[in-house]
Amino acid sequence: MSSRFDRWLPWIYALPMIAFVGLTFAYPTLSLLTYSVEHVGRSAYLPTTFVGLANFRYIATDSLFHRAIANNLRLFLCVPVLLVLSVLLAQLLHDRPKGWRIYRSLLFIPYILSIPVVGVVFGYLFQYQGQLNNGLRALGLDALAADWLGSPALAMPTIMSVIIWKELGFGIILCLARLSSVGEQYFEAARVDGANWFQVLRYVTVPQLIPTLAFYAIVELINMLSWVFSYIYVMTLGGPQNSTVVAEFYIYQQVFQNSQIGVGAAAGVVLLCIVGVLLAVRQWLTRRLAIYESE
Amino acid sequence: MRANNRSSAWPASLLPHAALIGFAGIALLPLYFMLVSAFKTRDEFLANQFGPPRAPVLSTLMQSFAGGDLFHWVLNSLAVTIASVLLSTAFAALAAYPIALMKWRAGPYVLGTLIALMVVPPIVLVIPLFQIAAALRQLNTYQTVIVIYTGLLLPFSTFLLASFFKTISPSLIEAARMDGAGSWRIFRSILLPLSGPALATVVTVQALWVWNELLIAIVFLQSEHLRTLMVGLTVYNSRYRIDVPMVMAGMLWGTLPMLLLYLVGQRFFIRGLTAGSVKG
Repeated sequence: MSSRFDRWLPWIYALPMIAFVGLTFAYPTLSLLTYSVEHVGRSAYLPTTFVGLANFRYIATDSLFHRAIANNLRLFLCVPVLLVLSVLLAQLLHDRPKGWRIYRSLLFIPYILSIPVVGVVFGYLFQYQGQLNNGLRALGLDALAADWLGSPALAMPTIMSVIIWKELGFGIILCLARLSSVGEQYFEAARVDGANWFQVLRYVTVPQLIPTLAFYAIVELINMLSWVFSYIYVMTLGGPQNSTVVAEFYIYQQVFQNSQIGVGAAAGVVLLCIVGVLLAVRQWLTRRLAIYESE
Repeated sequence: MRANNRSSAWPASLLPHAALIGFAGIALLPLYFMLVSAFKTRDEFLANQFGPPRAPVLSTLMQSFAGGDLFHWVLNSLAVTIASVLLSTAFAALAAYPIALMKWRAGPYVLGTLIALMVVPPIVLVIPLFQIAAALRQLNTYQTVIVIYTGLLLPFSTFLLASFFKTISPSLIEAARMDGAGSWRIFRSILLPLSGPALATVVTVQALWVWNELLIAIVFLQSEHLRTLMVGLTVYNSRYRIDVPMVMAGMLWGTLPMLLLYLVGQRFFIRGLTAGSVKG
């Protein structure tokens, strides 16, 4: 027995995975650290030189990088909206109205559509002469018609609404799955005691959903830092007037358009640190909530 | 206001439906817009932006496919998706086996690392990977993106399969071992046959991710004949910018494969996407 399940066997099974993960995660992360303290030359004639913390000093004073980080922080504002809407819709579905399965399927569709497709379609809907504005004008609400993606003040909120639209389905499904595993007797008991819909929501649903919501919030916060590149690339390319540049897009521009690999890498290290902090919070929450749930 | 039974509880039974229909409507808006516009001519679209087409035509949908670009991109995306999902699922199953079912002291640490890696922003990995690929003269090749996609998928797929393997009864494995089955035999004849739904879940979620991925495809597949569908669609969009029905027809073609897969295998999508929340 022990000869078969001996010490090196697990490593052999895991080897291909470890090799691929090492190649795509471990090695790049290490070289990212090196790049961040170098001026990376573009060819043999422009050699790479060690520049210490110059790249970090550069981004520390670059107003575009500050704006990018500020925009990522603004994206965090999507998260409370997502939490509230997920809870409300999950509770509505959990009440099992007629056809709730169909509603669930439909509400989940935005989550499976691709960001490039969604971005292009919303791009047209939000144009100055697009459907949204023409609809508003037809209703006599000309004053509300605006250049949604074309004005620096509105572009970011517009992108945020598209992100909320896309990510909401995930939250609903998570909350619904959790509510289905909560005993129906809790809801029933509250109703027997005369609790109305909002009281059930406040005193039964929300407390039961706390662990799920904490998980969902952290996942979405990390998304708002690490996974919003496609929205920006397809809808605004960082414009108008750089008003929608986020950290990912800043790095992309520095590396692939300005060939400032060192600067991009330094920004990447900063981004990685922020994500690392959120990850630590998530691990801490998971441990805390495991205790909370077992009580 | 306080009601005694469920049916008369506030909000009245019509209100939930109104709210759900409202949100479902918003959720379907882009799909509706793609669908109705793709069956209009450009002239009809200028006169009728919102409603269903008065004189539905197939010519827009046909035209969008003409020239073969869309078809070509779909094939490219299929090739990349199938290859990386197959590789990642196979390697993930192999790695999840010792993590979940063998006495392996490093196992929990490997799993913890994988969970942490799931949140690394791809953009920071792309910088060095691009330099490596350039140094090895491997830019603009499918093998490069397939390797990268496989690597990026592995933390998630390994984690998911490991959590599934952990639910398999240890006595089953023990019994097979008593009968003299080796580790490979147990993997082939017990684990894999039991894992059908789990593998289907992992495959669907990964396929969705690769199919919809944009950043890596933009950076690593720059030559025209290698483009994946998602990159192609952004190019297509700028090509037909003023002809909205044409753009929408292209977007509809781009959406259909995943939409059909979702309608057929909905439970796999939902299970796979919620699975991560069981243990963070």
